[in-house]
Amino acid sequence: MPAETLQRTPLYDRHAAAGAKLVPFAGWEMPVEYEGIRTEHLAVRRHAGVFDVSHMGEIETRGPQAEAFLQHLLSNDVRRIPVGGAQYSVLCREDGGVLDDLFTYRIGESHYLTVTNASNHDKDLRWLQEHAAAFDVDVIDRAPGYAMLAVQGPAARAIVGRLADGALPPRMHACERTVAGVPMLVCGTGYTGEDGVELLLAGDAADTVWDALLGAGVTPVGLGARDTLRLEVCFHLYGNDLMEERGPIEAGLGWCCKEATGFIGAEAVAAVRAAGPRERLVPFVIDGPGIARQHNAVIGGGEVTSGTLSACLGVGIGMAYLPSERATPGTRFEIDVRGRVRPALVKEKPLYRKETTS
Amino acid sequence: MSEASYPDDLRYHPEHDWARVDGDVATFGITWYAQDALGEVVFFDPPAVGTAVTKDAPYAEVESVKAVSDVISPLTGEIVEVNAALADTPERINDDPYGEGWMVKVRLADVSEVDALLDADAYRSLLT
Repeated sequence: MPAETLQRTPLYDRHAAAGAKLVPFAGWEMPVEYEGIRTEHLAVRRHAGVFDVSHMGEIETRGPQAEAFLQHLLSNDVRRIPVGGAQYSVLCREDGGVLDDLFTYRIGESHYLTVTNASNHDKDLRWLQEHAAAFDVDVIDRAPGYAMLAVQGPAARAIVGRLADGALPPRMHACERTVAGVPMLVCGTGYTGEDGVELLLAGDAADTVWDALLGAGVTPVGLGARDTLRLEVCFHLYGNDLMEERGPIEAGLGWCCKEATGFIGAEAVAAVRAAGPRERLVPFVIDGPGIARQHNAVIGGGEVTSGTLSACLGVGIGMAYLPSERATPGTRFEIDVRGRVRPALVKEKPLYRKETTS
Repeated sequence: MSEASYPDDLRYHPEHDWARVDGDVATFGITWYAQDALGEVVFFDPPAVGTAVTKDAPYAEVESVKAVSDVISPLTGEIVEVNAALADTPERINDDPYGEGWMVKVRLADVSEVDALLDADAYRSLLT
């Protein structure tokens, strides 16, 4: 894609000033790293980091049948989201293939905000709008107006809390606050395995909040470390670990599928759940040197969907689809890493667990 | 991380590799530009001594956290020594790309191939 067609977030100048390496990502020019992926990764594990994730999309759903509409489309039980609550789900095709994985925040009784992956936003929006005709509901594209910042790490809540005008929401909840004087939706969610918050705010105020966070000692963190952080705790990345050609059960996301709600794709998902999937997504570590990467073949069947070097564990880690009979933790297997056979071991989730010191 | 530099005593391959030629033996590595583009190098798997390398063809892989890249041989010959220290300290490729970050030493098959490589000025102008 030519550089001039890439979108820029409201914080583009801040990234350039901070020395970021900017790369094309899902049609956006995004910071992949500032000081270095490993340094940024450890800053999030040990203190606090801020990610500009303004490339992610937002879809607002409101109207008398908003709940019934989302219940029809999202895999999870939307009725269980309290006002001020958050919920993870997948969006499925009729055949159970995963269109996207999403966080949905219930802002009011009949008012929801759903966060989409940048690469899927337009597709998701079309899907929702096509299905909205049968419901008394408005589906509105909010991506153009919003900036999104994720502040993550053991110190993240305390730092954001000092800049906020009230208590922060607990995990998996969201509420309106001002932070650094800027009104926003503060969400107790994240993608790193650390405590923290995600901030949804007007794009033209993002630099004020960014500056306040950096001034309070928060490290700017790029998409490179976002990927290594999420992989250590085995969170899925759409386009790597999730795709339309695979369903949620094989991806290990059966926990967020409530087929009894009758969502689109529920029958297909229920059939796979009953019969057992042919392959399962498993976390693994490489036993020895080497780093497996996306699309590396598993010898005997299967494929690596994500792979990197774990900054916290010091070994190659990843996720792979393996034949179900070999997908049990403790199973040894081999990966063809560009012609070299690398032994690997199926592990439990998460690959990295925070040391609990008290 | 080191400052951008392209020493005048080296010859350069447009794929961002350098060669320090001493008689019929040359030391290879990757340039400051290449290590900066890669980011922190976390893994270098050296080829075996005795392996034949061919000008313009990959002879090793270097991995950063985010990606793996081929290392291109700037000249043709046979590997006579590898920098084994990089197995445990691949970050030397970032910290000192022309010194402790060297990768292999190669006995050249045809020293005249060196003439086709870029000098430092030509390589610098390639980067701008």
